[in-house]
Amino acid sequence: MTKSTKWWTIAGIVIVIYSFVPLLWMISLAFKPPSDIVSGKPSFLPSSFTLDNFAQIFSQPLFTRALINSVGIAIIATVISVVIAMFAAYAIARLEFPGKKVLLSLALGIAMFPQAALVGPLFDMWRGLGIYDTWLGLIIPYLTFALPLSIWTMSAFFRQIPWEMEHAAQVDGATQWQAFRKVIVPLAAPGVFTTAILTFFFCWNDFLFAISLTSTDSARTVPAALAFFQGASYFESPVPYIMAASVIVTIPVVILVLIFQRRIVAGLTSGAVKG
Amino acid sequence: MTTLENPPLQKERGKPAMSERVKGERKLGIYLTLPSYVVMLLVTAYPLGYALVLSLYNFRLTDPEGRSFVGLRNYLVILTDPMWWNDFVTTLAITIVTVAVELVLGFWFAFVMLRIVRGRGPLRTAILIPYGIVTVVSAFIWRYAFAIDSGFVNQWLHLTDFDWFGGRWSAIVVICLSEIWKTTPFISLLLLAGLVQVPEDMQEAAKVDGATAWQRLRKVTLPNMKAAIMVALLFRTLDAWRIFDNPYVMTAGANNTETISFLAYRQNVTLVNLGMGSAVSVLLFLTVVAIAWIFIKVFKTDLSQVRGDQ
Repeated sequence: MTKSTKWWTIAGIVIVIYSFVPLLWMISLAFKPPSDIVSGKPSFLPSSFTLDNFAQIFSQPLFTRALINSVGIAIIATVISVVIAMFAAYAIARLEFPGKKVLLSLALGIAMFPQAALVGPLFDMWRGLGIYDTWLGLIIPYLTFALPLSIWTMSAFFRQIPWEMEHAAQVDGATQWQAFRKVIVPLAAPGVFTTAILTFFFCWNDFLFAISLTSTDSARTVPAALAFFQGASYFESPVPYIMAASVIVTIPVVILVLIFQRRIVAGLTSGAVKG
Repeated sequence: MTTLENPPLQKERGKPAMSERVKGERKLGIYLTLPSYVVMLLVTAYPLGYALVLSLYNFRLTDPEGRSFVGLRNYLVILTDPMWWNDFVTTLAITIVTVAVELVLGFWFAFVMLRIVRGRGPLRTAILIPYGIVTVVSAFIWRYAFAIDSGFVNQWLHLTDFDWFGGRWSAIVVICLSEIWKTTPFISLLLLAGLVQVPEDMQEAAKVDGATAWQRLRKVTLPNMKAAIMVALLFRTLDAWRIFDNPYVMTAGANNTETISFLAYRQNVTLVNLGMGSAVSVLLFLTVVAIAWIFIKVFKTDLSQVRGDQ
């Protein structure tokens, strides 16, 4: 028993290494002086640590604007998506109505939809509507493609809520609003919050729409901006700058994972494959 | 519990006319889900229909006057062009390799997550990090690890100046590595969800009957989580089939490493050849429908659990 426990622990350590080696590589590159890159003797660790790469990217509007765009667009899209999905998930979990199956099937279809098939028509339509290269132009497709994930995750959580407690509270003398606020909201909040994290990851990650539907700093997000870092400086390698920017966009992900690990696992597993 | 709930339900079913309460519930349900319908269809159904129409025209954004109806000629041009088939093979190769490796690796991750006693929390945190990382960032990390000037891989493998991105298949290997690293955590969590549903007492019974670990895996564990495996496979296969970010960052499609999604992007956005590009879009959509159809009809993937039907 103890022997097998030991082997599982070792296997776990191997997986942790698997996850962290590429991450360490990113951090190492971000702190390398650019001269390390062209030295011809590349090594895993930097010869000396420098913060210049971070100072450099934060002095460029290409990055700072993109960071603002990324944060703003991802948060707005997440909030709207979660609110719309909340209505749908409540209906799915609690009500009997026509079109429930159709909605769930549609969500499945959208989740499988090849997004690259849309960039052509959207590119053309957005230019006609005047929302090409704007926040709105990115928020709309993000809503569409984040919604299935939001609906599944949240309806899975909502199904587990003991809704009859609302009645119990009312029987005990609470008003309907009190029952909702004091009983249902605290029970539903973790599911809503977890859904928001997963939806945020989705919007934060997008590259295809960001590169297809933007052309300037005004809406370009960080993943798209990273592709433009190449050649931004002519005499030095852009590698450490791209990696410094990558470190910055990875920080929110790491923070959310560290704090909400348990919830994210529950959200991913309950939303996708239900028991 | 059930006896308390059943009578009113039967009463409702037995009534020919709907009660006010049921009617109200149906109405509320429709109202609450209406925004979801609108948002999901707005950016998919209409543009797809638009692409369908555009694909029948010779139409470049740079030459709007030259727009002319060509029927199915765009499709004929694409399907007889070696580039389409080249991209098709690249996409197919990436899909098969990544999904196969991820399934095996994901299973192993899931087993470790299930069985590990000490450090379960930190392990799950570690597994979630690649999942959360931006795909483009992952692509850059792996690209720079294998690049000649910045990378350490050649040094570690004593390959001196081997150019991974100079050849088709070596570039595809690196693309697959990045894709596998980033998405195995997702598949492993789906498999873990299936794994925890396998009844522990069945495992014990098989153990008592003298089944080896391998036999238990094949005869007890796998058959009991077939649904979860098929769903994970379907999702990952379609995800891999739509791959775009990794090839874009690593090779920009050079050396025959272009994928179908990349072709659709390039024709539509880079070349603004919307007629031809739309035809590629429609073909890409049809390949996805075909894959989903194969999984659902041929492999009998049960999607009722994913959809959340009760």
